[in-house]
Amino acid sequence: MSADVLEPQVREPALAHYVSTEPFDPASAVTLTPEQERLYLASQWTLMWWKFKQHRVALVSGIILLLMYGSTLVSEILVPYNLQTRNTDFIYAPPQRVHVIRDGRLVAPFVYGLDKTLDLQNLRRVYSENLNEVRPLRFFCSGDPYRFWNLFDASFHLVCPDPRGTLFLLGTDRLGRDVLSRIVYGARISLTIGLIGIALSFTLALVFGGLAGYFGGWIDVVVQRMIEIIRSFPELPLWMALSAVLPVTWSPILVYFGITGILALLDWTGLARAVRSKLLALREEDYCTAARLMGARPRRIIARHLLPGFLSHLIASATLSIPGMILGETALSFLGIGLRPPITSWGVLLNEAQNMNVVALYPWLMLPVVPVIVVILAFNFFGDGLRDAADPYR
Amino acid sequence: MLRYIVKRVLLMIPTLIAVSVIVFTIIQLPPGNYLESYIAELQAQGETVDQQKVDFLRQYYGLDKPLPQQYLRWAGGMLKGDFGYSFEFNMPVTKVVGDRMFLTIIISLVTVLFTWAIAFPIGIYSATHQYSWGDYGLSLLGFLGIAIPNFMLALIMMYVANVYFGTSIGGLMDPQYIGKPWTWDKLMSVLAHSWIPVVVIGTGGTAGMIRRLRANLLDELKKQYVVTARAKGLPPGKLLRKYPLRMALNFFVSDIGSLLPQIISGAEITAVVLSLPTTGPMLLAALKSQDMYLAGSFLMFLAVLIVIGVLVSDLALMALDPRIRLTGGISR
Repeated sequence: MSADVLEPQVREPALAHYVSTEPFDPASAVTLTPEQERLYLASQWTLMWWKFKQHRVALVSGIILLLMYGSTLVSEILVPYNLQTRNTDFIYAPPQRVHVIRDGRLVAPFVYGLDKTLDLQNLRRVYSENLNEVRPLRFFCSGDPYRFWNLFDASFHLVCPDPRGTLFLLGTDRLGRDVLSRIVYGARISLTIGLIGIALSFTLALVFGGLAGYFGGWIDVVVQRMIEIIRSFPELPLWMALSAVLPVTWSPILVYFGITGILALLDWTGLARAVRSKLLALREEDYCTAARLMGARPRRIIARHLLPGFLSHLIASATLSIPGMILGETALSFLGIGLRPPITSWGVLLNEAQNMNVVALYPWLMLPVVPVIVVILAFNFFGDGLRDAADPYR
Repeated sequence: MLRYIVKRVLLMIPTLIAVSVIVFTIIQLPPGNYLESYIAELQAQGETVDQQKVDFLRQYYGLDKPLPQQYLRWAGGMLKGDFGYSFEFNMPVTKVVGDRMFLTIIISLVTVLFTWAIAFPIGIYSATHQYSWGDYGLSLLGFLGIAIPNFMLALIMMYVANVYFGTSIGGLMDPQYIGKPWTWDKLMSVLAHSWIPVVVIGTGGTAGMIRRLRANLLDELKKQYVVTARAKGLPPGKLLRKYPLRMALNFFVSDIGSLLPQIISGAEITAVVLSLPTTGPMLLAALKSQDMYLAGSFLMFLAVLIVIGVLVSDLALMALDPRIRLTGGISR
């Protein structure tokens, strides 16, 4: 014990001072202006949203994706023709141009009729615009009948061809089907396969990554080895092999789910690694130890305490792996071992553009690649923005 | 150090065994076996089935034996360089395959080198000039490289070459070398023809590599030793060369584990479009006709290629990075 404690304390003389009679309010020092309140009391998701909004490219990408996914709900209405409508008189017709100026005057949008001649020397159909046939477009009109969502019959379209003419904005294929309509319909399959696939692979990644990260030990070793083995296969050839052994007797819709499953089966490894390493770091945190000491069971600790800590980050990573799946499906269908007609995805459409002749003679059949590129780019930017927004340390 | 190498090589063995089990499972996946459907097909066409041949094949694969024995026979044969028998072509897989595996290796190697040669300078530029116009432009190009599917790029290049130059860019060597034994001239001819497939296959990988290298280097550049070195007055160029770049080089070598599968995947599909004489078109054909032993051999070969590539990169990493050399840890 030191000496100064034993000595009597030197007291300062009492000073005159002011005592407020108002009741004490402990929060008075930290009263927030409404402006501050909005900022400091914002939830994690609100903060992320604000941060995400600043990332212009990501925001625009998000809107594009939203529109594209929205379009899959009403594909039937958006397109002039049905998925399987064949115009047997117009096989391999080139894209028709929409004109708005006729005789130097602005008129309602119209297309010219198509004249067909057979080039007997090269054995191909040659189409030319017939300037005397003016075929105005009809808007909000009644055209090809369809069964909307398999619920009721309808024939309403946003835009239809003139009853006497045609409207092939992106040309037709070898059966005379409108390429534009087929691309819009194809979005249904191509876009949903990414979503369903990622849901599957996300679940797998959470289960395996969670087990490995939380329990460690031999479970970790086994999962790690499993991931390593799966990753030592080249993705595409393995996809090819697995989808080639899907039984031919399966119905197209079963094949669709089969392919989705195959894509997910090989895709979860990257995500699982992210989950594992995050969990490994987080389970050493004090709050986790505290929960364990209070007797919380592993399931509760993982789900209530650990997952919320990195779920946002995980969602962002998952977004970034959707494009890989869409590309995978496209590649498989392009090679002819993925989805089969009548199911129509962008890959199935591209399957027609497989050989050199088609590419040289009918280049518009390559157009389904445009939405593929747009979607992949959009998902990449969107995921990047999400990831930045989800990271509290940036 | 020797211990590390031995340990690393030994670690490969269980991986390879697991890989071969998976491949064998895939071979067995189609319902029934190929032999039965083959016989059924022949009979449906009204042809007589050569009982001797059927017996030979059944014996060759031990098709009447239980699965584990079939597996051992198959895997053991592979160790001896016997990759099985192609039902479709009616001859041993090794004969069917010919040069294809070797050409696949060449194309993959050249593509890895191409990827490195392009990605390294661009990645460094992007990281050191973060948020400049050059960085944005290159990033956009990189994104496009990721977004355009390999096979589409191949088609587009074929289209462009056909329309503007009037040449066909399929094939991988001058016609006079096809089917000839390997000579120096033939190798040169292959290299001269390989640039289009290499560019097509390499774009996706290069773009990804640039982004990863940029992110990695940016992390390094924020570290304290860089600040210290700068504070000491080291010129920026020398500083970059001396410290962060060497760290980045490390990552460059270790990243081959994710680059190689991507390149090999890309090479397969590009080869189908450009009809290159590599494993791609034949793998597809084998899968389509359910000639599973042939397809399985290709799959196994590609997986082995990747496992060996990762091994080489780990060994190179060991030579480069004293931390691994001294502690004997495993990098991946």
